[in-house]
Amino acid sequence: MSFDALDTWWWPYLFILLAGWLATDTWRYLGVYLGGKMSDESDILVFVRCIATALVAAVIANLIVFPSGALADSSLALRVGAAIAGFAAYLLSRKQILAGIAVAEAVLLIGLYLIG
Amino acid sequence: MNENTTAESGSEESHISWYLRGVRRCFSVPGLVLVSAFVGFAGLAREAGLTLPQTVFMTGVVWALPAQVVLIGAMIAGNSLIAAAFAVALSSVRLAPMVVALTPEMRGPRTRKWVLYALSHFVAITSWVLAMESFRNVPRDLRTAYYTGIGTTLVLVNMGVVATVFLLAESLPVQVTAALFFLTPIYFLTSLWGSARERAGHVAMVLGLLSGPVFHLLLPGFDLLAAGCIAGGAAYVWHRTRLKRGTGK
Repeated sequence: MSFDALDTWWWPYLFILLAGWLATDTWRYLGVYLGGKMSDESDILVFVRCIATALVAAVIANLIVFPSGALADSSLALRVGAAIAGFAAYLLSRKQILAGIAVAEAVLLIGLYLIG
Repeated sequence: MNENTTAESGSEESHISWYLRGVRRCFSVPGLVLVSAFVGFAGLAREAGLTLPQTVFMTGVVWALPAQVVLIGAMIAGNSLIAAAFAVALSSVRLAPMVVALTPEMRGPRTRKWVLYALSHFVAITSWVLAMESFRNVPRDLRTAYYTGIGTTLVLVNMGVVATVFLLAESLPVQVTAALFFLTPIYFLTSLWGSARERAGHVAMVLGLLSGPVFHLLLPGFDLLAAGCIAGGAAYVWHRTRLKRGTGK
């Protein structure tokens, strides 16, 4: 059953609770339970971090390549170009996230106003 | 930050004063970056068709931006509840080791278990970084009060930010809405790179970026799970081979 499956007011909230709250806080409670038993350097955690990182990266790429709404009308080259410019600014500024965001947004906005 | 940590622990007054120091700790560059990320998230949720109460609710109960972005992504793609929960759970595994690392630092000799469970809900990248940086300057039995200040402030401020952006977004020109929407991917593009603990994290990120759109076309509905498992698995295999070669084991 998807998010739009039921036309009732409570279904979206139940969906958010089960797919959102339960799926995140379970890990937090497990973390408290495990306390200091697990080493942060253990190899299984490297594997877990790799999967989690790749998953979020996939979401980012899809948001840039296949956006919905207001961004959908802009050109793919502009979005990818703005993202690359922002990431380059982030690396060049010694990992200042704000610098990366500012450059990416500037490139995107200039492109949107010039190209339309 | 503050060298003067001789506050009388245990008294009501020092609990409040350390709670307030936690509150103040949020008004900093990491806090500002998080607000900009939630501005972007509000734009994303609005474009996805969520209502204002649903978005504020999600922010409060989930309180993990990657998980929220994955959840919205699954909603847009029309994923089932099970598939959405699975993708969100996979994207949030990292919360467990983060809490594992934080809990021993936060626990005092008289800290009750339920307090730790309740406070763990506030653990997300920003609050975790702020706490890990500052805890050594906080008396041990006041760290829960301090972290409560950080956690409640970040959650409440950003719930307010989300609601405000939602209300304003309607009257904004389309270019500005597009720019708001673009904040989320850029925030994660940079913060994900910076938060990687080892080289394999960077490999996983690059492979994930490349495979996301590919699986979106090949396996619609399961694209996130497939990209996460295959790109993440490949990065781990890369990590193992490099380890073997590097240490000669």
